Amino acid sequence: MMDRIQEKLMILADAAKYDVSCSSSGSKRKNEGGIGDASTSGICHTYTEDGRCVSLLKILLTNHCIYDCAFCVSRKSNDVKRAAFTVDEVVDLTMNFYRRNYIEGLFLSSGIFKNADYTMERLMRIAKKLRVDERYNGYIHLKTIPGASEELIREAGLYVDRMSINLEMPTEAGLKLVAPEKDHDSVRKPLAFVQNQILEIKSESKLIKKKPLFVPAGQSTQMVIGATPETDFEIMNVANDFYQNYNLKRVYYSGYIPINNDNKFLPQIGSQPPLIRENRLYQTDWLLRFYDFKIDEILNPSFTNLDMDIDPKLGWALRNPQFFPVDINTASYQEIIRIPGVGRGSAMKIIKSRQFGKLHEYQVRKMGISFNRAKFFMTCIDTPFSLGNPSSLMIKKQILRHSKSKYQSKVPENQLSLF
Amino acid sequence: MVNYLFDGTYQGLLTAVFESFERKNFDVQISEKDNYISSFFEEELEVASDPAKANRVMKGLKQKLKSEQLKQLYWVFLSEDAKARNVLFYMMQEVFRKNANIFENFGDERVLYFHQMYTKVRRERHRMQAFIRFEKSNDGTFYCMIDPDFNVLPLIASFFKKRYADQAWLIYDVKRKYGLMYNLSQIEEVNLLPQNSNSTEIMTSSIDIDDREIHFQTLWKQYFKSTNIEARKNMKLHLQHVPRRYWKYLTEKQG
Repeated sequence: MMDRIQEKLMILADAAKYDVSCSSSGSKRKNEGGIGDASTSGICHTYTEDGRCVSLLKILLTNHCIYDCAFCVSRKSNDVKRAAFTVDEVVDLTMNFYRRNYIEGLFLSSGIFKNADYTMERLMRIAKKLRVDERYNGYIHLKTIPGASEELIREAGLYVDRMSINLEMPTEAGLKLVAPEKDHDSVRKPLAFVQNQILEIKSESKLIKKKPLFVPAGQSTQMVIGATPETDFEIMNVANDFYQNYNLKRVYYSGYIPINNDNKFLPQIGSQPPLIRENRLYQTDWLLRFYDFKIDEILNPSFTNLDMDIDPKLGWALRNPQFFPVDINTASYQEIIRIPGVGRGSAMKIIKSRQFGKLHEYQVRKMGISFNRAKFFMTCIDTPFSLGNPSSLMIKKQILRHSKSKYQSKVPENQLSLF
Repeated sequence: MVNYLFDGTYQGLLTAVFESFERKNFDVQISEKDNYISSFFEEELEVASDPAKANRVMKGLKQKLKSEQLKQLYWVFLSEDAKARNVLFYMMQEVFRKNANIFENFGDERVLYFHQMYTKVRRERHRMQAFIRFEKSNDGTFYCMIDPDFNVLPLIASFFKKRYADQAWLIYDVKRKYGLMYNLSQIEEVNLLPQNSNSTEIMTSSIDIDDREIHFQTLWKQYFKSTNIEARKNMKLHLQHVPRRYWKYLTEKQG
């Protein structure tokens, strides 16, 4: 028989799972005479059958909510079982999971009950109780409740590692379609407030010896993809804006999973979640943050949606053949990481190995690159000289013919129909 | 070529490096004594571990290498892989003969192998940090059993000590038949089983679990189920992250 706690856990984990962030990285909190610490690189303790990492105990405090957002499973008008944890129940669960090495920490979110402050205060109290009473130094990710008072948000920031607020839909117009009561300003304001607090404490702490930790793992946000009709160009511009202006650690893209047929604007139950598109957006996100690409190189007004059949770096390379082939024996690191199929680790290996002599194809192949793609865009010391270059279209055809893309069979049907 | 036979310890390997310079042997095949099959045609040298000689090699390595590289040598040694030992031997020789840059020569197949093996050991260590599932016994000790691909127990001890500083724990490697026990002040090595016994039942049957242990295991399994999104099911990815050989550790993968 299922006891009450188990039933609550079932309901409140189920309701929290559409928040995709499970990151436990970026904090360096040490164990000072209690239990737990934060691993800088984060640890995924298991993976669900959907292949997603489970790092944190991700639950809602309650799924009671005064709002009625069409995309949300916990919206007021939805006929689902409701439940609420007490503060002590969340603390007990977290501590016992943590002590057994099931999790890196707690990710606590909540439906809005009564009002923003009332909800935020409960979330804050749980974080405080874990830190103070349990002397717990593991990871805590707390949702900032839009509209909560700055005093509450500031106090919470002293106990947690990361805070986040979801944009929900990439654009204000999209959000209004499905959640008329919400707007992006109520997300921007608290994000900016926390960001300013982080900066303030950072500048103060130059003067004081022991700096207080304030949201040491930074902030993140999430956008739902494929529920409303934004282009990839619009989505990535919003992401770029939030990375630059709010110094976010991560923007998450969450392919919309239909949960009801009540709203005619939303994809209906049974339609496939746009997993490939989500993947392509993450790849673009990575290119912007780690590969030194500018957004308009990948997406611009004349190219507003990413290719579904090839990754965005390959797409960019095929549209810009003038940069290729790159001679890996002489090119800079920045040029090498732009070769499709070559990552940052392999690029570093190539650069370091060059001091021992010119590199041959057989050596580079083994350095962890995707040679199938890369070979069209680079030359080694023994690459045969060829007259003229094959056209981009030819290259794309050859790559697609020889690669076993995990998406190959799926691409045409369920993705492009969106546009 | 000369065949060097050593005792399988890190000290023994370092001693062997010392001997090779003493004898100017630069084409050496190194094997563990117990696993070595003698050949009539090749020269053999049995190397006895010698702390003084090993220390001199260690001191030399410390001078020439960064601490990160020194760490990598030891971690790769813990792979217990025969080829990796030969690669280690080769690289240590190169460090003294030429320069420490050998670590960066990814175009050299042996150096590449070294880095790949280091990555594997590091991954296995990380997996143990992730996949260990403690069970609480009624005396308050949290315990678990592992049998990692590589001998990574020494590499996870300080991680668990720092993290679980206020709880006693025991992690036991059933494959290598030793464990580490933390008693709230220090870590001690324990050998619970006779060397030739393969049974862990003796150990598990003597532990009484805490009253609430099953309760939390049930809750954890429930959480694992509820946090999964059925519409996104992707077993290939799941298996890539959690290969089947690790399932036996994982509470959430048991019935």
